Amino acid sequence: MIYGIGILKGLGVTLKHFIESYIEDVRYLFEGGRYQPRHLPARQGPRARGIFTVQYPKEKLPLPENFRYIPFLVYDTQENKIKCTSCGICAKVCPPQCIWIVRGTDPSTGRPRPEPEAFYIDATICMSCGFCAEFCPFDAIKMDHDYELSSYERYESLLFDLPRLLKPDTYHAQIHPSDWARELAEKEAEKAKKREKAAARA
Amino acid sequence: MTAPAKAKAAPLAELKGDLAVLKEKFGDAVQPAEYEGVVIANGVLVEAARFIRDELGYQYLSSLTAVDYIQEGYFEVVYHAYRLEGGGPLVFKARTPRGVATIPSLVSVWPGADFQEREAWDLMGIRFAGHPNLKRILLWEGFHGHPLRKDWKEPYYEEEHKPFSSRWPSGHHIRAEDRVFWHDNVQYPLDWDPDQAEDTSDEWLYIGMGQFARAETGERVEPKSLRTERLVVNMGPQHPSTHGVFRMVVTLDGETIVRLEPVMGYLHRNHEKIGERNMYLQNMPYTDRLDYICSMSNNLGYAIAVEKLLGIKPPERAEYLRVIMAEFTRIVNHLWAIGFLLNDLGAFFTPALYAIEERELILDLFEEAAGSRMMCNYMRFGGVAYDVSDDWIARAKELVYNRLPRAIEELDRYLTHNELIQSRCQGVGVLPPDLAVAYSTAGPVLRASGIPYDVRRAEPYSIYDRFDFDVAVRYNGDVYDRYLIRIDEMWQSLRILRQALEQIPRGEIQAGKKQYMMRVPAGQAYGRVENPKGELGFYLVSDGSPNPYRYHIRAPSFINLTALNEMCKGHKVADVVVILGSIDIVLGEVDR
Ligand code: SF4
Ligand code: SF4
Repeated sequence: MIYGIGILKGLGVTLKHFIESYIEDVRYLFEGGRYQPRHLPARQGPRARGIFTVQYPKEKLPLPENFRYIPFLVYDTQENKIKCTSCGICAKVCPPQCIWIVRGTDPSTGRPRPEPEAFYIDATICMSCGFCAEFCPFDAIKMDHDYELSSYERYESLLFDLPRLLKPDTYHAQIHPSDWARELAEKEAEKAKKREKAAARA
Repeated sequence: MTAPAKAKAAPLAELKGDLAVLKEKFGDAVQPAEYEGVVIANGVLVEAARFIRDELGYQYLSSLTAVDYIQEGYFEVVYHAYRLEGGGPLVFKARTPRGVATIPSLVSVWPGADFQEREAWDLMGIRFAGHPNLKRILLWEGFHGHPLRKDWKEPYYEEEHKPFSSRWPSGHHIRAEDRVFWHDNVQYPLDWDPDQAEDTSDEWLYIGMGQFARAETGERVEPKSLRTERLVVNMGPQHPSTHGVFRMVVTLDGETIVRLEPVMGYLHRNHEKIGERNMYLQNMPYTDRLDYICSMSNNLGYAIAVEKLLGIKPPERAEYLRVIMAEFTRIVNHLWAIGFLLNDLGAFFTPALYAIEERELILDLFEEAAGSRMMCNYMRFGGVAYDVSDDWIARAKELVYNRLPRAIEELDRYLTHNELIQSRCQGVGVLPPDLAVAYSTAGPVLRASGIPYDVRRAEPYSIYDRFDFDVAVRYNGDVYDRYLIRIDEMWQSLRILRQALEQIPRGEIQAGKKQYMMRVPAGQAYGRVENPKGELGFYLVSDGSPNPYRYHIRAPSFINLTALNEMCKGHKVADVVVILGSIDIVLGEVDR
């Protein structure tokens, strides 16, 4: 065998890769331009040929619903209240123990009140595991999709307090549509049960 | 801390089969241990180990680790040895009072015990009498104390176990750094002055290598043999070939390697201590950070170990999902390994990028299923965290049937017959089969040396016994075969994936109710899986509380490095980079 055939074959592969990305470019040119946002997933998908670069931060790939970053607290816009009851489960399950909760107390009675007085998540420590959202029994804490957290300072701006953590449930519904649908269905089912019970009693 | 109640109630292991033979041979020196295995008296340990290896045929020492039973006042070293034909382990243990802390070394029987004994010395403070080079391995010489001992406390120590009581219900945030650094949280001798603390690792290292020593005093330790000028070259810790922060101290005779000593621990975070503070479930995301290329299979290994203690089994669909994820991970890892092996050879980044292109598509699938591309945290005890959609399965099939075979075939065409690769890789870094076994190497390194040992076949876990696949094996034991075997294994993974994706049933993905804090029955378990880099094992000791009493990881990258010196000896310095690349290490797992 002639020495060098293997190298030449390899170079052929490189050439093929090189040409393929241009062929794709031309194809998408006819479908309305190279950088159509609707084409981004396809051009990075399993059927794509050639290497295609998404021009981050100008362009971003859509995120799957399950994507998890730092958690946020859900604010119930219908009933105008924080959904969290400060039960403390998320603080217990959090592996790096970066959730700090002050349980609310009723000033008149001194009894615990189902709303947090203070809620901190130390985003410098959070490992984005998602356990808090997974084990919260009240659907009060969810994983955010906002991954652009860079700041000029490492401490204060990355210690998230209650105002920073709260986001409306409309935002939750928008980034987690199927999770939201499940929540609504569960609520409906509960209501129906209550109605049934009431009817049975009457 | 509550006393581990197990000591009294723990059932003793039954002595059957090989354990009975051992008992017969050594009489009273062999006693049944709690839960599993036997305790061998220190006096006959080496002899018994040799008997276990040669007469009983347990040639492969998989794991060696130590447990600190502080209540009972002794250390226990636990050995898991396997037969190469497959089957379960022979578990034997050795004990030493905490004050004595000395156990005979088994390096003379299994050279693969070398690094593992050094680790046990470093972290647990057990001296191994007769070890040829017993010095710290992950920490530095001069470090005070042995951190895995139960009475050792880390600098930001808060409480013995998580969850910490300061977080709820009155959790006013305090940053760990704001707690006083030298508060009595930290135990250090009264006469100890941090300014005087001195890292003498390098001196010890060079003395160990028979080289000059004691830089300040100039006192030289002369090697006994004929004096020739030898050169010591430090490669790393910052070196592009080391895939992280890893250092190799190479003694050169001209350009030929006489001896190579890996120096590690730059990424050490005492994963095992963290794990013993954590609750069982909390360790799951931490395992992602071991071998961060293969988080899915790390999850699987840990889940299997805990499920052994819990005695539960995941439902069918979850089993299939686990296998699918684990095999995708294998492909990801091998693509990565091949790509970066080529980088090490000097083919700067083109092959690596071609390999990563396919990896991205698999990571897309992981992201959709688990929520994260690399830190998947996907498995739970008795199931998996999230279900996948039909669309997901369809896309996975598209990858498995069309895209990946094409890519692997292309990689093969691109690289395998390349003459430059052949001349750099063939016959380089040869590890003969007997040494591969003796050094406890695992995974592709072991199989490229002609030993068809694969945990998926040798001791099937999950549902691997249902699939039709071959254990890839190559016989030359050189860098080229370690490259080829990864291609072979990717083809086998595709075979498994095809079967799994076709057969996956619908149904539940979690057995029972998912709990974040559960009581795990007291006991001991060693769960092992065939990770892409080799056998990953988790040794767990439970005392019945929500936190593991002992949590040890048999890291394949770490133990495979034991054989690095053997592979490099006699080669040129330029080959070190390639040989290291062919072992395929990840420092997150080596240093833990
Ligand atoms: S977020 Fe959920 S789990 Fe956490 S305290 Fe509030 S209600 Fe409990
Ligand atoms: S995502 Fe994980 S680490 Fe982060 S706050 Fe939630 S439980 Fe804690």
